[in-house]
Amino acid sequence: MIYISLVFLSLAILFSLIRLLKGPTSFDRLLASDTLAIITSGLIVLVAYLLERVIYMDVSLVYALLGFVGVVVVARFLGGDA
Amino acid sequence: MELLGHILILIGSIFSLLGAFGILRMPDIYNRLQAGTKATTLGALSLILGVGLANPAFLGKSILLILFIVLTNPISSSTIARSGRRADIPMLKNAVVDAYAEKVGKTQAAADKKRSNRADADDPQTAVKEANV
Repeated sequence: MIYISLVFLSLAILFSLIRLLKGPTSFDRLLASDTLAIITSGLIVLVAYLLERVIYMDVSLVYALLGFVGVVVVARFLGGDA
Repeated sequence: MELLGHILILIGSIFSLLGAFGILRMPDIYNRLQAGTKATTLGALSLILGVGLANPAFLGKSILLILFIVLTNPISSSTIARSGRRADIPMLKNAVVDAYAEKVGKTQAAADKKRSNRADADDPQTAVKEANV
């Protein structure tokens, strides 16, 4: 069941990457990168569970933090109130 | 407890897949925002809670990660929506309500007109022509 979940998460990353490459406006690309950060964070948690390393949860936490800060900074810059 | 955790992991990955499929299929940035942030938030929460239930050694840090995602994910989606509206990204033709325009006092048509005017002014050749005249 875990491996089916890994396949689903990989497909989700693939869809986000297609939107990231296609997106008509830069906000679409920004939204795709936000979604990509969340899904990748979940995937790192799953890998931590499979390898039984608790320390990888910290990697996931830092990844989510950096993704959030990057998305908010770029969105405020593109919105014109930098 | 381990079976419950695995079921939650499967549900979370299905929701993440549906959210990513939504941002591929939806017609508009604002619709994509709904699919791409709400479904993915629920998916990530369910997946991380499932990992925490399946192995109790992960439970503390998974609760910390869940709190972090619950706090930050609505902020980033709301910031994307607000700055997209401020940058005058057009909505769909059959969009019903635009609360930002009602509050600020400009309609979508006025925003379109302003953007086309600004595109004219940004064109360097017309700007040079106007300066010469």
